[in-house]
Amino acid sequence: MSNNLRFKTSKFIDETSRISFKFNNKTYFGFKGDTLASALLANGIHLIGRSFKYHRPRGIMTSGSEEPNAIIQLHDNSSRTEPNVRATEVEIYEGLVASSQNCWPSVNFDVGGINNLLSPILPAGFYYKTFMWPASFWEKYEYFIRKSAGLGKSPKVPDPDIYEHNYIHCDVLVIGAGISGIMAAKMAAKNGFKTLLVDEKSYLGGSSIYDSSEFSKINNQTTSSWLEKEINEISKLENLEIKIRTSIAAFHGYNFLLARENLTDHLPINQRENKVRHRLLKIRAKKVITATGSIERPLIFDNNDRPGILLSSAIKKYIDLYGVACGKNNVLFTNNDTVYETAMSLIQRGIKINAIIDNREQVDSKICYEVEKNNIKIYKGFSVVDTYGYRRINKISIMKLSKDGQTVIGDKTKLSCDCLGVSGGWTPAVHLFTQSGGKLKFREEDQVFIPDIYSSDQISIGSCNGDFSLEEIVKNTVSSLKKFLNIDNSEYKTIEIISGLNQSKRNIWLLPSDKSIGKTKSFVDYQNDATSKDIKLALREGFRSIEHVKRYTTTGMGTDQGKLGNMHALGIISETAGTKMGEHGTTTFRPPYTPLTFGTIVGRNVGEFFDIFRRTPIHDWHVANNAEFENVGQWKRAWYYPKENENMHQAVQRESKAARDSAGILDASTLGKIDIQGTDASEFLNRVYTNAWSKLAVGKCRYGLMLNEDGMVYDDGVTTRLGENHYIMTTTTGGAANVLGKLEDYLQTEWPELDVYLSSVTDHYATISVCGPNSKKIISKVIPDLDLSDEKFPHMSFKNAKIGNIKCRVMRISFTGEHSYEINIQANFGKSVWEKCMESGKEFNITPYGTETMHLLRAEKGFIIVGQDTDATLTPIDLQMDWIVSKKKYDFIGKRSLYRSDTIREDRKQLVGLLTENPEEVLEEGAQIVADIKKSPIEMLGHVTSSYYSPNLKKSIALGVVKGGKNMLGQKLIIPMENKNINVTVADPVFFDKEGERLNAKL
Amino acid sequence: MFLISCPFCGEREQSEFKAGGEAHIVRPKQPTELSDDEWAEYLFMRKNIKGIQYERWNHIHGCRKWFNIIRDTSNDQIKAVYKMGEKPPVK
Ligand SMILES: [Zn+2]
Repeated sequence: MSNNLRFKTSKFIDETSRISFKFNNKTYFGFKGDTLASALLANGIHLIGRSFKYHRPRGIMTSGSEEPNAIIQLHDNSSRTEPNVRATEVEIYEGLVASSQNCWPSVNFDVGGINNLLSPILPAGFYYKTFMWPASFWEKYEYFIRKSAGLGKSPKVPDPDIYEHNYIHCDVLVIGAGISGIMAAKMAAKNGFKTLLVDEKSYLGGSSIYDSSEFSKINNQTTSSWLEKEINEISKLENLEIKIRTSIAAFHGYNFLLARENLTDHLPINQRENKVRHRLLKIRAKKVITATGSIERPLIFDNNDRPGILLSSAIKKYIDLYGVACGKNNVLFTNNDTVYETAMSLIQRGIKINAIIDNREQVDSKICYEVEKNNIKIYKGFSVVDTYGYRRINKISIMKLSKDGQTVIGDKTKLSCDCLGVSGGWTPAVHLFTQSGGKLKFREEDQVFIPDIYSSDQISIGSCNGDFSLEEIVKNTVSSLKKFLNIDNSEYKTIEIISGLNQSKRNIWLLPSDKSIGKTKSFVDYQNDATSKDIKLALREGFRSIEHVKRYTTTGMGTDQGKLGNMHALGIISETAGTKMGEHGTTTFRPPYTPLTFGTIVGRNVGEFFDIFRRTPIHDWHVANNAEFENVGQWKRAWYYPKENENMHQAVQRESKAARDSAGILDASTLGKIDIQGTDASEFLNRVYTNAWSKLAVGKCRYGLMLNEDGMVYDDGVTTRLGENHYIMTTTTGGAANVLGKLEDYLQTEWPELDVYLSSVTDHYATISVCGPNSKKIISKVIPDLDLSDEKFPHMSFKNAKIGNIKCRVMRISFTGEHSYEINIQANFGKSVWEKCMESGKEFNITPYGTETMHLLRAEKGFIIVGQDTDATLTPIDLQMDWIVSKKKYDFIGKRSLYRSDTIREDRKQLVGLLTENPEEVLEEGAQIVADIKKSPIEMLGHVTSSYYSPNLKKSIALGVVKGGKNMLGQKLIIPMENKNINVTVADPVFFDKEGERLNAKL
Repeated sequence: MFLISCPFCGEREQSEFKAGGEAHIVRPKQPTELSDDEWAEYLFMRKNIKGIQYERWNHIHGCRKWFNIIRDTSNDQIKAVYKMGEKPPVK
């Protein structure tokens, strides 16, 4: 039966290469060159899926990227599975597997179809109105709504394909390779412009490449044979690169465009191994020529969505390009001349046309007369009022239109058909133009939006610019390109056009019905099931802005972004509201023009390439010694070193105890290091830190706190004076880049008079910190020549030293409260010096510890971690660190903010220590702190910022911020948790060695 | 993504730069002598113009230099680029 839908045809289909594929588990055959849609149509299949809301049967409507209905799940049940693929764009290959979406249990019998019967109670805004109340029920509703409405299935396993990103720079980018695009590419390339021509289809030439009509001719040749010669010529041009299967996804300002080049989707799966699937092209073009053509408009009438109803241009393309007849008994329905071209294509192949219904009273172009001559009945001034047939159209009824086109009159005539081709005229594809920031204008005569004001060096040509007749397209393309490219045209000096079509059109946005509107279902947005009734309801309910109507009715919000129906929605709104079309503007067309896969967007930035990892020079040692790692900014830092069966808690407890009992060693290489030089270096530090720096002697170290101009703590670290005009500053690991940026900002913009130079030297040095009562003995073994006596090398001082022949800097500074040394050595010696420390410390049970133990040890001492205990809302006063804020200095960054009315409030959140009533109970970081749990609502006083079990104190300790906490020492507070309330007492934040005796103990 | 012509490096893509807010706000020389209101004016108040705006930008992934631009925020057209400390060119 299906065989006689395929006609011997063109060079576009390779009838020698038969291809088998599966749709809904059944095997079918097509030919190389077919799309999934054309192959299914050749097999007599129109019904592809169910609609989103009413689950109505839907079929193939178009032949391109504008398709709203024929969206399928590709590669079902495989790692490559992809939802929402347009069957009209899939080129078939051996082994293709596809299935319907939006239906359960099958496309022919769908449970959700009951929504169609319930549709009177499912109007626009139904979900908003019904399910939002009571709010607490939303979660339950949502589950069922999502289950029945979902758009396809996402893959469950990683994408096996490879994607990449490419940058392209060109003089001229031409988008679209129809007649005007081909002409533009030739004119640009031949005049010395480096040109790129892209088209989303697998062939060049657009819809003219398969047009052999006698009624559209260029230089007395059919458009297809004229174009073939042109394409042949441009494919040899050196200046021109041509990319097919490449669709522009986004057109941004400054002629920056994103395109998706599809490289393997048309190949059998076994030929895709190790090939890039999609390439995301990032194109910078000096000039852009948009030749994206136009999209045929459907007509809006009752039941205009049945399978078997297609755009007339799609029927023409299926027969001309693929040799596939969409039906054996066709009816065409139009308000313009377009369908007569389709009719001629069908007539030439002897395919039956039962009738043509034309809204217009007068039809008088050459092509119409020719169709009439073939004994085709044309109902002039008529309109389709209804259609019949559940899974496929089988009948229509038509009535005469009144003079004003607002009603239908006379008798109803029924006509049988298995395919209805509709044409409501053409809509310029201005999506990319508006994405780029262009402004549209409305052309009254034929009710189209066309480009008006360009936002960059670009031009729209051909039918996307509103030129619909062949003559206009060719003539205007030549004349506007001469101007745009500033060239003398020698390519198309003499060009003769013959056209048998008129441009007359009888535009009626919503065709009248003999039923009341409430009883009709005339779809404006097919994919989202938005009807003209819904739009009118939205207006009745008071919506006026097109953007609001869009969201309320979901018109244009599907994966097709309403490429077919948006204009009708606007038309119906302006007719109903009694306003002018141009006044509403259009809805915003957002990128991407057609959906992109996530793979295309991320390109090669997957897995380990997702983000950069920075590793310290000692990293390999940590790996070899079983370290667990944590990410700190981009750094991989050793977190803890579990032994045998230890869990994290056990490892951290052991490490923390060992560091205080004997010796611990930490890789601190990630700390930011900024080398500061210049005669004004001391003055500079005075201005950026809260404390005073001028009097710091060479060879000494000092802890500094840096604020933002608003007085909030920004960063901290120890800075060492290496020489008269030379300092090395350390910053937090995560803050390094920002601190350098901030310092550069002040230097360049506020204090350019200062003689100061900053360099980031974080990566230049490995930093090894050895702490604990035995640290001195260990360092004396590692660097025997260094005098470690307290007199020569006291706490907070620095020495240049040598390990073997290698120079290093040793600081006696401490972040644990223990006697400790920090060795800074050229990065590539880091690992060997670390190993030397381990070797020398063996007899003292030197224990490597990670960031978790470091955090625990400093918490015992009440030392803050910027970013953990602070969050850009705490001043040094809030942190009880008044001691570090110089009263004498006239100014420093943030000083003035420390006595704003807000920052001097007594009830600000302040840092305190917290001790649990039960010493074994460890608080959760982030837990809320309250005083009174009886009062409702409970007032939140603050939260826990750091919390650990201290093995050295044998109890739980925590830091937190509490409103007015400074004056609450000893007060009882409550931490309410899910199942219990934990009692805590406010304490001094320094828990261990309050007097700091261990730092200066005689070792 | 627009193109910015760094006065030191030439034309580069926007992603190489970091925006630094309104230009020509000078840090007061004597903050301690300002009232809370005056200090707040410097600290918090920034213009957010639809149209011609003077802005600071930093070539953060390039030469790391700060400079000023004049940008029309309604269409991202850059009217002028000039170095720190220079007077803005007259419109
Ligand atoms: Zn630069």
